[in-house]
Amino acid sequence: MYGFLMRRLAATIPVLGMVALFVFLLLRMTPGDPAAVLAGDNGTPQQIAEIRETLGLNKPIPVQLGIWFSNLLQGDLGQSYFFKKDVTELILLRVEPTVALAITTLVITVLIAVPIGVIAAYRHGTWLDRCVMGFSVLGFSVPVFVVGYILIYLFAMQFKMFPVQGYKELADGFFPFIHRLILPSITLSVIYIALIARITRASVLEVLGEDYIRTAHAKGLPNRVVLLRHALRNAAVPIVTVIGIGVALLISGVVVTESVYNIPGLGRLTVDAVLGRDYPTIQAVILVFSGVYVLINFLIDLTYSFLDPRIRY
Amino acid sequence: MSMDTDTALTVSGLTVELPKGTDRRHAIEEIDLHVGRREILCLVGESGSGKSVTAHSVMGLLPKDQLTAVAGSIRLEGEELRHATEDRLRDLRCTRMSMIFQEPMTALNPVMSCGRQIDEVLQTHTSLDQQARTAKILDIMEQVRLPDPRRLFSSYPHQLSGGQRQRIMIAMALVLDPVLLIADEPTTALDVTTQAQILELIKDLQERHDTGVLFITHDFGVVAEIADRVAVMQWGRIVEQGTTEQVLKRPDHPYTKMLISSVPSLVPRHRETRRAAPVVLRTEELAMTYSQGGMFQSKRSVVAAQDVNIEIRRGETLGIVGESGSGKTTVARCIARLIDPTGGRIYIDDDEIARVSVGQMRSHRRRIQIVFQDPYRSLNPRRMVGASIIEGPMNFGQPRDEALARARELMGLVQLDPDALDRYPHQFSGGQRQRLCIARALAMEPELLIADEAVSALDVSVQAQVMDLLDDIRIQLDLAMLFITHDLRVAAQVCDRLAVMSAGKVVEYGDAAEIFANPSHEYTRALFSVAPGRDWTFGEFLTD
Amino acid sequence: MSDLSDLRQETAGLVDAAASADAAARKLSVWRRLARNQSVVIGGAAMAVMLLVAIMAPFLGTMDPAEINPAWRNKVPGTELTGTAADGSQGWVYRMGTDTLGRDTYSRVIYGTRVSLIVGLSVAGLSIAIGLVVGMVSGYVRWLDGIIMRVMDGLMAIPGILLAIALVSLSSAGLDTVILAITIPEMPRVVRLVRSIVLSIREEPYVEAAISVGTRLPLLLIRHVLPNTVAPLIVMGTYIVASAILVEAILSFLGVGIPPEIPTWGNIMAEGRLLFRIFPHNILFPGLFLAVTVLAVNMLGDGLRDTLDPRLEKRM
Repeated sequence: MYGFLMRRLAATIPVLGMVALFVFLLLRMTPGDPAAVLAGDNGTPQQIAEIRETLGLNKPIPVQLGIWFSNLLQGDLGQSYFFKKDVTELILLRVEPTVALAITTLVITVLIAVPIGVIAAYRHGTWLDRCVMGFSVLGFSVPVFVVGYILIYLFAMQFKMFPVQGYKELADGFFPFIHRLILPSITLSVIYIALIARITRASVLEVLGEDYIRTAHAKGLPNRVVLLRHALRNAAVPIVTVIGIGVALLISGVVVTESVYNIPGLGRLTVDAVLGRDYPTIQAVILVFSGVYVLINFLIDLTYSFLDPRIRY
Repeated sequence: MSMDTDTALTVSGLTVELPKGTDRRHAIEEIDLHVGRREILCLVGESGSGKSVTAHSVMGLLPKDQLTAVAGSIRLEGEELRHATEDRLRDLRCTRMSMIFQEPMTALNPVMSCGRQIDEVLQTHTSLDQQARTAKILDIMEQVRLPDPRRLFSSYPHQLSGGQRQRIMIAMALVLDPVLLIADEPTTALDVTTQAQILELIKDLQERHDTGVLFITHDFGVVAEIADRVAVMQWGRIVEQGTTEQVLKRPDHPYTKMLISSVPSLVPRHRETRRAAPVVLRTEELAMTYSQGGMFQSKRSVVAAQDVNIEIRRGETLGIVGESGSGKTTVARCIARLIDPTGGRIYIDDDEIARVSVGQMRSHRRRIQIVFQDPYRSLNPRRMVGASIIEGPMNFGQPRDEALARARELMGLVQLDPDALDRYPHQFSGGQRQRLCIARALAMEPELLIADEAVSALDVSVQAQVMDLLDDIRIQLDLAMLFITHDLRVAAQVCDRLAVMSAGKVVEYGDAAEIFANPSHEYTRALFSVAPGRDWTFGEFLTD
Repeated sequence: MSDLSDLRQETAGLVDAAASADAAARKLSVWRRLARNQSVVIGGAAMAVMLLVAIMAPFLGTMDPAEINPAWRNKVPGTELTGTAADGSQGWVYRMGTDTLGRDTYSRVIYGTRVSLIVGLSVAGLSIAIGLVVGMVSGYVRWLDGIIMRVMDGLMAIPGILLAIALVSLSSAGLDTVILAITIPEMPRVVRLVRSIVLSIREEPYVEAAISVGTRLPLLLIRHVLPNTVAPLIVMGTYIVASAILVEAILSFLGVGIPPEIPTWGNIMAEGRLLFRIFPHNILFPGLFLAVTVLAVNMLGDGLRDTLDPRLEKRM
């Protein structure tokens, strides 16, 4: 198990390296002086010279790549001249709202999506199934910010059940914290629920056609037991996989949702950085989000061996 | 033969309807049969005859949206099942009637331990406590002769062999002593050695537990081994029913007669030896090792074949027989250079082809042709069969018209309508498709024809025809043929020489007649001793 | 093969035998099955309407979408313009109101259809073209496979919108940059799909038979492998159209997409954000068009998948 863990962890290295390489190339491929780009629109000549020095921009590209990687490994993500801060510090300040939003969304999603997916598969072809599938297509189609504004319009402005926008830290008390997270989380979970419900339905439906399901029926087991103990258990691996892949969707959604609800998280930081052409921050945010995505999928890989005894490494 | 008064199952007038829009209205029609306690009734038929549908109807396991029983009755110990509620059927399953299936690989839940899967039956149908249940499970596992029941109790299905999995299935089916066991081709997916053990086990348990068995099979060898009585099905109807002796030796119905005469004999045909003909194929220490894994996975390697030395002369058929995993197909694929062997040499005439590059190999391609096992996947479904046949010759520069003319001739040779060249594969039956594949191979005018389990997926009557065709072609065209099969009966009928493979090695090699008469290697002897129906001669009918 | 599927085949074989007339009828039946699929019909029809709207935009009672009328800023839907418009016409009705600059929202939404469809179709076309070539190479050239797949893994590890944002932010924003920036994150999925099809098809006995009769690689790919990618790629292409339209709208909404002077649904909504509480129409109308369009494309995709290749559900 330990050996496997190390091997799987090692397998994430090329992916992360590739991401870092892209981010490195992104800036080098743009026309113009990377140092000037990094310093932003208001960069002083002195700052530009400073950047050129730290990144070794006068040196050959492979050396620059080396410097870039070694800075990364030391956790040095550079300086934001736009926010006038260390990028690492900037990011750490913005982590809490985003993590809170992601976790509540994940919980809502799994609690809703898996049961309705299972029911849709079990009642395959009935109106219930069609409803779930209809919701799922709809969820995929309505953009997250439109969902956001509709929810704000209805629940914040018309019914006044929730505050319109904003965020309160957990330190300010749990109720105000969760009260302001509910609408954004529901907004964000719509597309995610659509995705997970769909894959749950498809996987369970496929498993229901397997021979061992017939065996289970031939044993005289009640339908409920066949469905949950035999079908869902066997459908778990693809479902969990898609939950992992869906994190990419979640991250994209975070960027939009935080803008709609005015939540000061990493998503907002991304948009602000892009609008302020603050490249060090853009680079750092991409690295962080991608790193998290790879890490989550690595953790999900680890769960496979618990879900399916055939997967042993 | 035991003729019990005590009946487990009576089926009368059972008719199951197919969905609308099919060419046949009924999957099965007016089925009458009964299974007594302490009796094994074999239901025999070719694919599509409706034997599986019959079995599933009894268990109430028909796919509901597709098939419905519309008439007749199914009585289990006198209780009518056709109109029974879903709940009642559920109560009866595994308590009064049980079923085991063809594929032990897929019939067990892969993520649940074997012990728990048996335990589920007891949990659902009894009120025994944990301890009593475990004792009962270990006892039945002992009875089905599983080694080390305590260990297997907590093992997962993938950790067991195919035979062991089928034993788990049997244990599950018999743990509550049902009166009826339905076995749907339970040994078809197993190797012949394992098959023999499972058959013996079923017979033994059936006698000890007084169980009535409805045994479904397509294999007359199995019928001869196990049946007390036999019912023969064709196109959804039972055409003949009687004791085993009666049906196998004095069949009434022409279909039964045809089926039984199609069963290849285990006694090799007499053939002329062709010691003087030139050698077409020769391998020297041919070896293939598969290795898996890479940077981030642990490396695993499997030796699929090693030290294989065989030769085939013109006009001669060499058979390679062996059980699954013996490496026989690997050898065939190496010789056809569909995979690159990891060691040894292959000579076609005197040209070495094991090590030539892909580019160089191309010029040798037409000399070796191969026919595969699965007729449904061997032809590109999107291309007309004519296009598939002329593809090869046109690759080597033959003009289209000429190639087409030749294709028409070949269609005649494989006994198909020459005008059918512009049809698509789905318009042909399995046996016809296999003929098309043979025609495609022959279009290349090969020196060596490889048949890789080419008749294994076919029904016995079609199998006999394709075997005859292959033999005719070999003689007519003076071909060298490499015939891969797991079926000793088939091998006995088509092979001049024989190589018996086990665990990647050729353990016995020589004249087929000689090997069948006096197997010298221990493995070969074991293999022959378990061939089902070896004590019967099929197709020699007695008249009263 | 599963044993239950044997039972199905035993019955389905009979069904098949009846259904399979000749090849012409079989081909026809694909169209007939498509015409019978509700999702295909509804989604396809809605798509066709949107296409018509995009092409006919100038003739649908629109005015110049860029025309600014400072006197008529922030009007609610249905407001009537009294007096003379710039083009001389009288009595204009702002069907969907106006924005903060006094531009006619209805005209902007209608013209916005053009941009969305151009982006959707171009991204789908480009990513499929590139993905097909790269995927084929990856599936057949073994030594390149490792490298290509590592690059794709890397690309797929970056959440799509972030990658698109980063790409757009580096160069001057324009329609072409946006299309390219959305194509790059979409493409790896196509590569993976094509590669997986190639890998499974090359194991098919009929492909091995073609190798045995000496068919060269290019011909082998065109004749035996390529046709198997058509149905999955049509389905995937449809989904990419939907996804690209959404991403473009999101980019514009965040203010990092197509320049604000070009009317796109995202841009209209971006401008409408500030006064959303008072004038929700600038978000609701373009949002509705966007949702309906994407819904239509997704329905079309689902329908195509169900009729052409139901196994794709888990592959994508």
